[in-house]
Amino acid sequence: MLLTLLLETRPNVQFWPFIVVSFITILSALYVVTSKKPVYSVLALIVTFLSISVHYVMLNAQFLAIVNIIVYAGAIMVLFLFVLMLLNLKKETEPVKHISWGIIASISGLLLLFVLVAALVSIDDYIQPGLDREVGLIKNLGQMLFTKYLVPFELTGILFLSAMVGAVLLGKREKKEELS
Amino acid sequence: MSLLETGFHIFDKVGISNYLFLSVLLFCIGLFGVLYRRNAIILLMCIELMLNAVNLMFVSFSSYLGDSNGQLFVFFIMVVAAAEAAVGLAILVSIYRNTRNTDVSFLDNLKG
Repeated sequence: MLLTLLLETRPNVQFWPFIVVSFITILSALYVVTSKKPVYSVLALIVTFLSISVHYVMLNAQFLAIVNIIVYAGAIMVLFLFVLMLLNLKKETEPVKHISWGIIASISGLLLLFVLVAALVSIDDYIQPGLDREVGLIKNLGQMLFTKYLVPFELTGILFLSAMVGAVLLGKREKKEELS
Repeated sequence: MSLLETGFHIFDKVGISNYLFLSVLLFCIGLFGVLYRRNAIILLMCIELMLNAVNLMFVSFSSYLGDSNGQLFVFFIMVVAAAEAAVGLAILVSIYRNTRNTDVSFLDNLKG
């Protein structure tokens, strides 16, 4: 109650769910990168995807929020967990790197961050919000997907088929080499 | 049911630049991970993180401008990411079968 009153009286104040969800997103993304154990990285990445889905819900993109949970958190991350289980990495095989690699990677990341933030810092003055606020609903997206984007939609089917064939072919054990 | 019926719109409360900074930060975290880590699984996960950062930027622009093309692009990016994860993990399994390791710094056969 107090928070809604605060938000109504000061409309320019930062919206607190956005801040909370953004902190969860950034902290779990940092944990994905810095964690020593790959299983913890996968779990932190699932948290990141769920919080990005919350962002999608806040942005009125309900269809993409659901698809994000189903495809990323449901399918891709389960695939990662299965592969981690299959590989059975008992001890930590990742060797200790030189500190210079960390410095180089940090400098590259921070430089890109600096350039992109500098490019986007005054974007609020340059673009105007659109009037249509129902773009994220399934009705509108489906109508567009099956009319304007019909050919790319069919091509994604072919892409999936070829990816499936490639994954099966790559994952198959080569028996001839083992016998000889 | 949905936030739309309550008259809620996120850009009445939060400027679009906040979302853009968030997605840029996520992208740079993913880039740092790709450059820093050596474990191939975590490299693939960092690529997924970068794709998601781009998705977040597409969705925020699409929702702000009222243009549904951006959200369909996100849909296609998700398709490509799923295919990429499947093929990448299959390659990873076959690498592990040959070298008993998922460290990419062992894969220096072309170094000469």
